[in-house]
Amino acid sequence: MSYQEKKIFVSIISSLLIFTLYTFYAIQNAEEGSITSDTDFRFWGSFLLVLLPVSIVAKVIIHIVFVIINKMATNEDGPSFEDEFDKIIELKADRISLYVFFFGFILSMVPLVTDLPTYLTFLLLIFFGFLSDLLGRIAQFYFYRKGV
Amino acid sequence: MGKDAISNHIRNLRFQHNEMTQQQLADKAGVTRQTIVAIEKGNYSPSLELAFRIARVFGKSIEEVFQYEDKQ
Repeated sequence: MSYQEKKIFVSIISSLLIFTLYTFYAIQNAEEGSITSDTDFRFWGSFLLVLLPVSIVAKVIIHIVFVIINKMATNEDGPSFEDEFDKIIELKADRISLYVFFFGFILSMVPLVTDLPTYLTFLLLIFFGFLSDLLGRIAQFYFYRKGV
Repeated sequence: MGKDAISNHIRNLRFQHNEMTQQQLADKAGVTRQTIVAIEKGNYSPSLELAFRIARVFGKSIEEVFQYEDKQ
């Protein structure tokens, strides 16, 4: 497995871990009724506002740990720049991410115009935000393995 | 995807040039080793600019390194 593949693999695992753990933590610490409330959306607002910095900081820490462990295990330094192959893979993966998120965004509007509970809008937005990032990473991993 | 249409002799040329490693070729062409691996396997067709840079590393013309197979 190349350095890039290992880095993306670690990123996929860390995304899954961070999102799952944070979601469990947020749900367990939520005030009763705040998740399903149709008038008070503070839970969803704080969920997103806290998730972003938490995931950024956690990913940075995990990346640093990965670089150190990889260096100790293989004595290999990661590339210090991105070349055309990296950029084309990133662009293709970003496009997939964007399509998935756009689909989720449209879908999240459905509860607002139907009788479905409003919190489903936030649930869908968060879920598809996570899914789009995850699928983008998986696509990157696939493109590094199979080519573009 | 750029598979199959463009083939190359990079692997052979590396061995003819003092058994040059993929990393050495990558450094000389200004790309990462992963990119050289993908090109050698036929998983990635490089840009024209990169193809020229790789050909120049071996002191060859671009057509001595890369071949385009017209499948029509």
